Amino acid sequence: MLSATGISKRYGAVQALDGARLDLSPGEVVALMGDNGAGKSTLVKTISGVVTPDEGTITVDGSPVRIANPHDAQALGVSTVYQDLALCENLDVVANLFLGTERRRWSLLRHLAMERATRELLAQLDVRIRDIRVPVAMLSGGQRQSVAIARALIGEPRLVILDEPTAALGVEQTAQVLALIGRLRERGLAVLVISHNLADVRAVSDRVVVLRLGRNAGEFRTATASQEEIVAAITGAGE
Amino acid sequence: MTDTLVRRPYTPKVAVERLRQGDVGAWPVVAGLVAIAIVFSTLNDRFLSPENLTNLVLQMAATGTIALGIIMVLLLGEIDLSAGSVSGLCATIMTIVHVKQGWNPLLAIVLALAVGAAIGLLHGVMLTKLRMPSFVVTLAGLMGWLGLLLYLLRQGGTINLPFTGFISKLSDTWLPGWPAWAVAAGLVAVSAGASLVARRLRLAAGLPVTPLWWLLAKAGGLAVLLAAAVLVMSADRGVPLLLIIFGTLVVLLDLMLRHTAFGRHVYAVGGNAEAARRAGINVTRIRILAFMLASTLAAAGGILAASRLSAVNQGSGGSDILLMAIATAVIGGTSLFGGRGRAYDALLGVLVIQAITNGMYLLSVDSSVRFMVTAGVLALAVAIDSLARRGVAR
Repeated sequence: MLSATGISKRYGAVQALDGARLDLSPGEVVALMGDNGAGKSTLVKTISGVVTPDEGTITVDGSPVRIANPHDAQALGVSTVYQDLALCENLDVVANLFLGTERRRWSLLRHLAMERATRELLAQLDVRIRDIRVPVAMLSGGQRQSVAIARALIGEPRLVILDEPTAALGVEQTAQVLALIGRLRERGLAVLVISHNLADVRAVSDRVVVLRLGRNAGEFRTATASQEEIVAAITGAGE
Repeated sequence: MTDTLVRRPYTPKVAVERLRQGDVGAWPVVAGLVAIAIVFSTLNDRFLSPENLTNLVLQMAATGTIALGIIMVLLLGEIDLSAGSVSGLCATIMTIVHVKQGWNPLLAIVLALAVGAAIGLLHGVMLTKLRMPSFVVTLAGLMGWLGLLLYLLRQGGTINLPFTGFISKLSDTWLPGWPAWAVAAGLVAVSAGASLVARRLRLAAGLPVTPLWWLLAKAGGLAVLLAAAVLVMSADRGVPLLLIIFGTLVVLLDLMLRHTAFGRHVYAVGGNAEAARRAGINVTRIRILAFMLASTLAAAGGILAASRLSAVNQGSGGSDILLMAIATAVIGGTSLFGGRGRAYDALLGVLVIQAITNGMYLLSVDSSVRFMVTAGVLALAVAIDSLARRGVAR
């Protein structure tokens, strides 16, 4: 659905990306791995419109596109869940889901329509929250992550990018979020997950793309790749 | 898909849980009010007399209106220290154009409100474009606008408003028996009707609802409160127009905060400005509008104060009115840290503040003691706010 080729980005003396390549297709979960400073975040930021690359082309459905800012990305159906989740803790789940895209009629909020849509979406994703009208501050870490992911689906995106979705979670909550990522795949979305955690990546992804020093350092089918191969690609042990 | 579950209203367990999470609700304030009423009425039997309670209501309106504006900026996590000076300045401008230039009083009021809005716009631009902290911007405003007020008043120092004029009449107009009862009945009917319609729509949409008895109990409580207020005030001069004006402002602001996208975005910016920005909300616009609203409401409060005094002088908007307005907002339950508060906090807070002030005057307590007691109440309110915030962060 979306592919980026030959992406390069330089920050002063640092070459963050050097001709990196990434292909994403519907109904597939791709894990983007690499050591710190490998260029994972920069590559993702070029797709989500936060960073403009120095070189390279991004195509959506085969035709080249320009992604100059986050708004462009959203218009192309790219939705990003940042690591810090960007939730307003004083607002309830419904308000957070529709933040900035409130449904309204005669400039009045349509509370019922939004609450109903929220319940339906959370039910489809099998996210269990006892009362969706309590402030997000009262939810657990896994529930907040789920709310942030659900929010990414509000604009009917085609690609969802998740930045370290399980980094701050316990075992049970991690399992919940991984199951949720699986349901995104079932909905036919393209999913890109940035992660450090090999166990999580093996549990949820279809394909692993490894970056090292700004270049592609390997690409594996998760089902057939061994853990040693992936680690070797990340650390560059095979070079 | 989902079973229609009934949302419980405030069972003790939920109440304790919410308290620990920082949502203390209105109960501490209401309890405080009851305690104040008991203490002062035992010390002086005139405290609960209709005449004194009506006076208390008259004293509330100006401070309460300014506090409404303060709540708008507190919700953003900002502060407005200039509200007192702005209220005095706008009232002075209104009085000068009305008395000295012979403007129509309504036009003079509109001009004063417009000047308030312009001052708020200036504050907001300095805050967002020059990135100055709101504390400094409005501290400069506190001194600067006071200076302008003194400059405008320099000849004479006091300008009287005509006693029987429109502006003075604002605070000397009383609703007699039946219109007052009609207003009270209308309020109860509209609020009960609205919650019943909302409940029916939620049921139809398969959403959880509050039990019917709880809605009826709330409507009944409101009816009892309003009936008591009308009964007491009718025993004196009637329901003052000032109270109607203040009450209307509170209700309008509450509806705006809860039912418009602007209100929602104010809470969002106060809760997490970065998240709001990433969600595509124009944070700069929200901040500027909130400061404009705050200064406009400060101007409205100044007009009400001038109306009650039938004059403006060098003390207009000065002395303790700013601190009282901020204390009102915080005591009412609005957080100093942003993102938490309601318009009704202004009403609750000003009741507490004015009840204390009024009761101390009745007892002829020295103003030194009055300041210390008010400070104690304010410190208590901020302590509750801070502890509640820590509860959330935990």
